Amino acid sequence: MKARQQGAAAFDPRAVRRDFPIFARNPGLVYLDTAASAQKPAAVIDEVSEFYRTDYANIHRGVYRLSARSTERYEAARETVRRFLNAPDAREIVFVRGATEAINLVAYSWGMTNLKPGDEVLVTELEHHANIVPWQLIRERTGLKLVAAPIDATGGLDMAAFERLIGPRTRLVAVTHLANATGAMPPVEGIVRRAQARGAKVLIDGCQAAPRLPVDVQALGCDFYVFSGHKTYGPSGIGVLWARKELLDAMPPWQGGGDMILSVTFEKTTFQDPPSRFEAGTPDISGAIGLARALDYIEALGRDRIAAHEAALTEYGAGRLARMAGVRLMPAGQRRFGILSFDVDGIHPHDLAQVLDQHGVAVRAGHHCAQPLHERLGLAATTRASLGIYNDEADIDALAEAIAAAQAMFGR
Amino acid sequence: MDPRDLYQDIILDHGRHPRNFRALPHPSHFAHGHNPLCGDRVTVYVELDGERIKDVSFEGRGCAISTASASLMTEILKGKTLGEATALFKQFHTSVTGDDAPAPEGLEDEMERLAPLAGVRAYPARVKCATLAWHAFEAALKSGAVGTTVKTE
Repeated sequence: MKARQQGAAAFDPRAVRRDFPIFARNPGLVYLDTAASAQKPAAVIDEVSEFYRTDYANIHRGVYRLSARSTERYEAARETVRRFLNAPDAREIVFVRGATEAINLVAYSWGMTNLKPGDEVLVTELEHHANIVPWQLIRERTGLKLVAAPIDATGGLDMAAFERLIGPRTRLVAVTHLANATGAMPPVEGIVRRAQARGAKVLIDGCQAAPRLPVDVQALGCDFYVFSGHKTYGPSGIGVLWARKELLDAMPPWQGGGDMILSVTFEKTTFQDPPSRFEAGTPDISGAIGLARALDYIEALGRDRIAAHEAALTEYGAGRLARMAGVRLMPAGQRRFGILSFDVDGIHPHDLAQVLDQHGVAVRAGHHCAQPLHERLGLAATTRASLGIYNDEADIDALAEAIAAAQAMFGR
Repeated sequence: MDPRDLYQDIILDHGRHPRNFRALPHPSHFAHGHNPLCGDRVTVYVELDGERIKDVSFEGRGCAISTASASLMTEILKGKTLGEATALFKQFHTSVTGDDAPAPEGLEDEMERLAPLAGVRAYPARVKCATLAWHAFEAALKSGAVGTTVKTE
């Protein structure tokens, strides 16, 4: 199956929506929770199903033709991911369960090897818990110091403070490409330059950026880039760690098992080269193939066009919400992208999300796995509407109308 | 479904204008309730006179469901014995988690006043909102005047 080629035609979210069976099965659904997980196009659902029907077997060790086909498709998926990130070498692509596992892999393998007592890992207040907690877990074992760069009054990363916090002991800067809780975009290119000038490595959490923006790890110049399949219109249970080959080559395995070894005796085991070294056990084979199909799908739509569409829709949504009395958008710095988090006077986010659901509008309420950021913003919880390729202005209008209905109901 | 199935007028009213929303000056028992998932916090104060609840009040911040539930709870528990309070909590918990069992004898009116909150049974994520104050009440009785914190997660 080939994804629809749109050529130079304008991006049409209505047509995109027809590619997603969930909308046909749930008429009236206004899905604004893509930041939590994206819906799946039929192309992905069919690809996974078709793979199981046609080419499935365990990979890498079977001598029979079916296993060879399965292996070929799994490795072709790796090549698709390489192209998606513009990585120089497919051997730099490690399949993992998701971005969370990717960051944990870096922490336990690279971090445990390279971080000494007093070494610093610099994160930001914009981070998802997945880019905070793994560093805390290895803090006990390495003696590392976890430093958090603050946001400024506009909700963006405070670059002056960031500059001051990169010190001689900073070994790693771990930063989001696009903050899941507010849609703020730290200037990652500048961060990479400043960090590397001081000899620090840079990990970028691309969970929210990968489905929305063109990503080129060579242009970014970072050392690690991670993203999750399920937020990128692919299956859940699959994700990606990209790391520079020289880093992966020097990193020890973090999980042991089959497929990651060259030879095993009870005295000594030798390990495979990357990426196999980091893929112990049978991986999520169909997940990798489904993810590759999802990446093909969004590339066929055009990543520049997706970015332009979401930028315009974010602007429309921010403008629409900003004009509503009693609605306050969370500050997101100089550039807000794909995510609209807000607070409505006198209505608790959980009540609001509940009433929006009754109007068919699916949003998320809570701390969005970013409690430190919410604490900093002085709120226990917010309501978050997040955009995807199937959303259009009518969805934003439905959101605004449902908010108005909730305001009427709760007496505002 | 009509959103009013969950947000009936009585809940909206108690959510907006909670009753007994204050600290007691001399509580014999109190406890904090916290739902880390949504950040809701409630403190329940109890003044016992022997086996009878002389006064009960609450403070805190939360959603309409948790605020209304705390408010209704304080109205209903005032003047009840500890035995009646325990029976009401048990029955209330059953009603919000999905079972329609007959109300404890002599407490039919009280259960009827709590009935609007049973709407949360269709929304498992909200059950904790409806029970937060009750859990804090129970924790208060266990802890005495030293106070304690109960988490619903």
